[in-house]
Amino acid sequence: MPKDSGIGASSKRREDVRFLTGAGNYTDDINVHGQAYVHFLRSDVAHGRIVSIDTSDAAAMPGVVRIFTGDDFAGVGGLPCGWQVTDRFGQPMQEPAHPVLAQGKVRHVGDPIAAVVADSPEQARDAAEAIAVEIEELPAVVDMKAALSADAPKVHDDLTSNLCYDWGFVEENKDAVAAAFEKAAHVTTLELVNQRLVANPMEPRVAVGDYSRATDESTLYTTSQNPHVIRLLMGAFVLGIPEHKLRVVAPDVGGGFGTKIFHYAEEAFCTFAARQLARAVKWTSSRSEAFMSDAHGRDHVTKIELALDADNNFTALRTETYANMGAYLSTFAPSVPTWLHGTLMAGNYKTPLIYVNVKAVFTNTVPVDAYRGAGRPEATYQLERVIDKAARELGVDPIALRRQNFITQFPYATPVAVEYDTGDYHATMDKLEEIADLAGFEARLAESKARGKLRGLGVNCYIEACGIAPSNLVGQLGARAGLYESATVRVNATGSISVMTGSHSHGQGHETAFPQVVADMLGIDESMVEIVHGDTARTPMGMGTYGSRSLAVGGSAMVKATNKIIAKAKKIAAHLLEASEADIELKDGQFSVAGTDKSVAWGDVTLAAYVPHNYPLEDMEPGLEETAFYDPSNFTYPSGAYACEVEVDPDTGRVTVERFAAADDFGNIVNPMIVSGQVHGGLAQGIGQALLEGAAYDENGQLLTGSYMDYAMPRASDLPFYTVDHSCSTPCTHNPLGVKGCGEAGAIGSPPAVVNAVVDALRRQGHDITHIDMPLSPSRVWAAMQGE
Amino acid sequence: MYAFDFEKPSTIAEAVAALKDEDAQALSGGQTLLPTLKQRLASPSKLVSLGGIAEMQGICHNDAGQICIGAATPHARVAAEVAGDYPALAALAGGIGDPAVRNRGTIGGSLANNDPSACYPSAALASGAVIVTNARQIAADEYFQGMFATALDEGEIITEVRFPVPQSAAYVKFEQPASRFALVGVFVARFADGVRVAVTGASENGVFRWAEAEAALSANFAADALDGLSLPADGMIADLHGSAAYRAHLVAVLTKRAVANAS
Ligand SMILES: Cc1cc2nc3c(=O)[nH]c(=O)nc-3n(C[C@H](O)[C@H](O)[C@H](O)COP(=O)(O)OP(=O)(O)OC[C@H]3O[C@@H](n4cnc5c(N)ncnc54)[C@H](O)[C@@H]3O)c2cc1C
Repeated sequence: MPKDSGIGASSKRREDVRFLTGAGNYTDDINVHGQAYVHFLRSDVAHGRIVSIDTSDAAAMPGVVRIFTGDDFAGVGGLPCGWQVTDRFGQPMQEPAHPVLAQGKVRHVGDPIAAVVADSPEQARDAAEAIAVEIEELPAVVDMKAALSADAPKVHDDLTSNLCYDWGFVEENKDAVAAAFEKAAHVTTLELVNQRLVANPMEPRVAVGDYSRATDESTLYTTSQNPHVIRLLMGAFVLGIPEHKLRVVAPDVGGGFGTKIFHYAEEAFCTFAARQLARAVKWTSSRSEAFMSDAHGRDHVTKIELALDADNNFTALRTETYANMGAYLSTFAPSVPTWLHGTLMAGNYKTPLIYVNVKAVFTNTVPVDAYRGAGRPEATYQLERVIDKAARELGVDPIALRRQNFITQFPYATPVAVEYDTGDYHATMDKLEEIADLAGFEARLAESKARGKLRGLGVNCYIEACGIAPSNLVGQLGARAGLYESATVRVNATGSISVMTGSHSHGQGHETAFPQVVADMLGIDESMVEIVHGDTARTPMGMGTYGSRSLAVGGSAMVKATNKIIAKAKKIAAHLLEASEADIELKDGQFSVAGTDKSVAWGDVTLAAYVPHNYPLEDMEPGLEETAFYDPSNFTYPSGAYACEVEVDPDTGRVTVERFAAADDFGNIVNPMIVSGQVHGGLAQGIGQALLEGAAYDENGQLLTGSYMDYAMPRASDLPFYTVDHSCSTPCTHNPLGVKGCGEAGAIGSPPAVVNAVVDALRRQGHDITHIDMPLSPSRVWAAMQGE
Repeated sequence: MYAFDFEKPSTIAEAVAALKDEDAQALSGGQTLLPTLKQRLASPSKLVSLGGIAEMQGICHNDAGQICIGAATPHARVAAEVAGDYPALAALAGGIGDPAVRNRGTIGGSLANNDPSACYPSAALASGAVIVTNARQIAADEYFQGMFATALDEGEIITEVRFPVPQSAAYVKFEQPASRFALVGVFVARFADGVRVAVTGASENGVFRWAEAEAALSANFAADALDGLSLPADGMIADLHGSAAYRAHLVAVLTKRAVANAS
């Protein structure tokens, strides 16, 4: 029976009341008395040398407070990169400087050149237009392979080339993989593009820098997924402000999808300028600015080869990927095509030998970093596409080929460094076949055909590594951060609870789901628990939310802290009940002595903790507040199987998604409704990638998709009603809740299903098509049908 | 936006007078003009709102049996009020943008702007509509003069659009995936004296009539009368969303569908 509260209940999202009634407190809602506004003058060329910047006319314009250029940041640190990748030859990656405002050169359209601070946003913008900038335009590099040619213009003059790193994984396996390919009975090869995406959270980025001369304290309000990380990076590496003088607040945040993880120039600028001017400085991104300054996602060009033996067992896998870094290294950019991608190449399959090569390349484009799934969608897409292609080449059923190669023994150590703790891939595939009604496909195919439409079916699996991550492991892999999480459980005198979490909610529903866990553990009502997050002054140092880590890591910290609370509360209860601590049981918010009818209520105990009149003061401190830090011992490995049915209009190439089913194994589930919602959103973004989205540059580095007129976002009418199921559960073995994470699954698992389905539809019609690159827009599908 | 003055006259004559100022510009629904202003791509000294002029609002029939639509009538009203008399035109209006756009955007603004991907120009051209301005009446065949170009003079305002009603008609729009404007749109209108076919979205010269299709359909108003007819890719728009050849192909596909759907 479905529960109506606690772990497993579909409690309604309490935060939605304020979001839906306009009572949210977003960064743009924050206005500091007397604040000024900044407008960034951004480069309109992709690559150029700054010859001169003349701000004299602009500075004299009404309302202008001060104009800053790169020179003002000469003594200030650049934006740091949080992950250092070591290349195939044991050398560190090439790491260019990333100034807050351009110094010497501009390197992508949107690169900030100058910043005008004025009394109003309009005055700042007017003055920015009056700045005279002379730029000597240089040839731009846009295409990654061209960027690596010997005579390519260099994005960074002080680096040896446009190659950030050439990474091999596992380098020691390279020869063994080559040998396996020599011996293979069959090799399937596929070249594909995982196109560049723009995250497009509904709320654009905003930063408000404030400074108090009275306390010498800086405050940054910002649209961030991880305020403590911003405080550390900006305080320690950019501006040199110690943590006790720097507060970072990320209030309600309207979607992040990864792009709000990173430390951005505008945040550093507003904090810096507020100190310089002793006046708050606010920046609100326009949507146009977002397209050219928010970190983009994906942008991989890949060749993948799969070797099979005569019995269709996968024997080896080899990939070569070019990964676009853009013009600078965004905060976690180097980790995405390497440790978040190469380690997932085994997928759900027992391929014994794998070699992944990744060349990360600088180009004159917006920096690329993590976007929903980050590396794992890229891994899943190529693997699940090549398996489908192999099945066709071999004339075998694509589901059967997958099943034959499934990993079935757990724990399972992959040849790409990670060890899956649990999973049951046959069970999720069985569930998928049931909920997708694959048995009914032929009938639906006939029905489509009768309407002149080409129907196709695409199925795929996915595996992801979530709950990032064991700090000591990621440290060895180059992370310059720890990836634990923290929680403070503060029980108030009357028994209500504030949980200060280092996780950050920007749509995920933590304010609902986290209390379900704490309330369930204590047997009290969910409404007695409130979540506090997003403010370095109010929460213990935490690492924030990304990589589907909040419940697995942040939730675990909260469970640990709550267990400490329970332990102490039992001691207090034992004292009140004059019983032995070992005999105290906690159930439904009552502490009782086992085997008796003696009990005290939760509220009696919490009151005793703060009004310690009858309290073992000689043994215990008063109060009931505990903090815990949790560092996971492994990643979690959610997995699933997805099925998509499409119809293709043979006359126009237009693809419509008719059915989509997702069977996921997320381990234990705290709030099934929220989990379904996360899957729905992920599917929308994955289907969006497959059919609609794609950022495009011309050969001069001009962004062709700089607005919604040309960047196609998925709308409700582009999407079918989904069938989602998460009843297959193999709980995570190493965190206390047995949870795995669900935030990215939909975006990771769905693109290959869609593309497999379209290829299937076209092949059934006799088209000799093996692949079409995303987005599968009508014109691309039509061109493919014409043999182009 | 840059600063501008604002006037809201209540008669056409006042509006015409107000537009005589240098760099003054008419504002109707603002669905095209306001985004342009926000991007600072235009800097009119003064906006003259046409929204307060009663004589430019609403829909009626004249003695010639034409549907007369006030130029400041929003798309949503056209969608609702001509559904019985001219369902193809109502459907076109109802398929523009989203509810907010349809409740603000106007037929006059759309025709004055003459975006090469806009819907209304195809209806006006296929219907042989008359564009009435403060100064004259312009036949649709003379009115559209290429991308964003029309026969309107400086300061001239469209006050009304008169649509002859065909025996049957249909508009088929193939949406550009991002903007949902017409990647290609075809309006087919069958009159007693012949069929008119107008194509939007496809050509670098804006909306145009497809003469071969008109001839074929005038002889035999059936989708298969178009078999074998095609347009050259030359002169078609090519962009991220479709090649010239794709657009040329879509014109033929959509024209057949429009004939099949005509009612
Ligand atoms: C999100 C969105 C989606 C859209 N989708 C579509 C679509 O699918 N199909 C489509 O066809 N259109 C679409 N549009 C455009 C919409 O139809 C606009 O309403 C229309 O193009 C302009 O009409 P308006 O009344 O808003 O004109 P305004 O924006 O006010 O003015 C446009 C131009 O016309 C001039 N003007 C306005 N009225 C007159 C007049 N009476 N006489 C002379 N000049 C005049 C103005 O000076 C200005 O130059 C969309 C717009 C948006 C914002």
